[in-house]
Amino acid sequence: MREFLQMGGYAFYVWTSYAVAAVALIANIVVPLRQHRRLLARIARRARRRSAGE
Amino acid sequence: MNIVVRYFHTLGSPPYFYRLAQRLIPWLAAACAALIAGGLYLGLVEAPPDYQQGESYRIIFVHVPSAWMSLFIYVVMAGAGLVALVWRVKIAEAMAVASAPIGATFTFLALVTGSLWGKPMWGAWWVWDARLTSELVLLFLYLGVIALYGAIEDRRTAARAVAVLALVGVVNIPIIHYSVEWWNTLHQGPTVTKFDAPSIHISMLIPLLLMAAGFMFYYAVALLLRVRCALIDREQGSKWVGEIAGEKA
Amino acid sequence: MWALFRRDVVLAFRRRGDVVQPLVFFVLVVTLVPLAVGADVALLKSIGPGIIWVGALLASLLAQESLFRSDFEDGSLEQLLLSPYPLPLLVLAKIAAHWMVTSVPLIVVAPLLAVLLRLPSEGMSALVLTLVLGTPVLSLIGAIGVALTVGLQKGGVMLSLLILPLYVPVLIVATLAVDAALAGLPVSAQLYFLGALLVGALTLAPIAGAAALRISVG
Repeated sequence: MREFLQMGGYAFYVWTSYAVAAVALIANIVVPLRQHRRLLARIARRARRRSAGE
Repeated sequence: MNIVVRYFHTLGSPPYFYRLAQRLIPWLAAACAALIAGGLYLGLVEAPPDYQQGESYRIIFVHVPSAWMSLFIYVVMAGAGLVALVWRVKIAEAMAVASAPIGATFTFLALVTGSLWGKPMWGAWWVWDARLTSELVLLFLYLGVIALYGAIEDRRTAARAVAVLALVGVVNIPIIHYSVEWWNTLHQGPTVTKFDAPSIHISMLIPLLLMAAGFMFYYAVALLLRVRCALIDREQGSKWVGEIAGEKA
Repeated sequence: MWALFRRDVVLAFRRRGDVVQPLVFFVLVVTLVPLAVGADVALLKSIGPGIIWVGALLASLLAQESLFRSDFEDGSLEQLLLSPYPLPLLVLAKIAAHWMVTSVPLIVVAPLLAVLLRLPSEGMSALVLTLVLGTPVLSLIGAIGVALTVGLQKGGVMLSLLILPLYVPVLIVATLAVDAALAGLPVSAQLYFLGALLVGALTLAPIAGAAALRISVG
């Protein structure tokens, strides 16, 4: 296990690479997901306001 | 032939595409997760250390697929742009625009992982290697697309302008790549191109291909997620969007 | 098409600033470099071709803006779009006039600047040839970028971001040619490549530029 984390002394380079990749790829999923939820909520709110106003 | 043409027409309708995306996303995400998990396990745990580079070579499992994706996505973006320009399909416009940030992310990853690989190997954070330099130019091409889209007010005009830019870029990419290689061989001298393994062992090739496939599915998922948002945003006033918002509420 | 070409050239001479500014910029940039890196002759000789080309490239970029801007502002660009003539040909005519007026002075001045940078005479003809072949390519590619950004407020900065990556092959091959000439090696491969780029740009850029104009103006 320790050897796995150490990566033959290259731990910083290897793990930073994978960490940066993970962050970038997860961000590109989370951001659109959140945007989707926000958009739908906004549209629903406006529809409710419109029907309430009638 | 008629069935195919008709299917493409239905595919081009936003509500149909939206619902299709909703159904596809979980499956694509599952495939992506499985492939990446498999690739990571085989690459990080099972594959033996390289006799020349030790453990640091394992960065290729994220560097090379990222570089491949960065090029692939640009081509898809240009293709979608062509469809958007010629046939004025809204979905194609959305796909072209949505591809740009994803492609830029992969290009950025290829550059960062390339630097992190280069430092322990050749002692420098940046080498003017032909491939890295081409990737850098590609990043600027992506940033240009993203900037242009953001600068034009009308979304449809913006998408079509971006399509033209993407097409011009895609024609240039092989020219840029070839000229950078030419530049590199003459300025670098006799050193072998740094990022090409002479021949890659099967135990390293399989995780590489798994990661590449996983990244493809990732692109599909990320693309569909963004296109979903674009469709809802564009068709805000329409009935089908209202229904979906109502369902969620 | 000829009429458009002549009109643009005449108009450009009336607006002398558009012609002179890029030229002055070119000279300034090339002059700044020895001030920044020192006047060591060997150093200047080795980076000279690159400096001249980067300077010419940046000056050409600076000049690009004037290609459509004034026509856009006074409405004649829209008139152009309504003309029965094929738009790509009209765009080509405008680019040709623009190139003649802004880039040819650069080509004329470049050898003088090369002397400032102590460029040996072996490299001179290669330098001029690459500029003659390369600056039209820059104008043609640049026109696409200008067409895409003509309606935008801060078009100038965006233009650089859009076009400079596309300029990279021209820059690389042109400077490779001059370096090869300085080393006594043949330059035909590089010149053929530039020629190929020119032919490609001549055929494709007007079409792309016309499409871009229709999108951003029409």
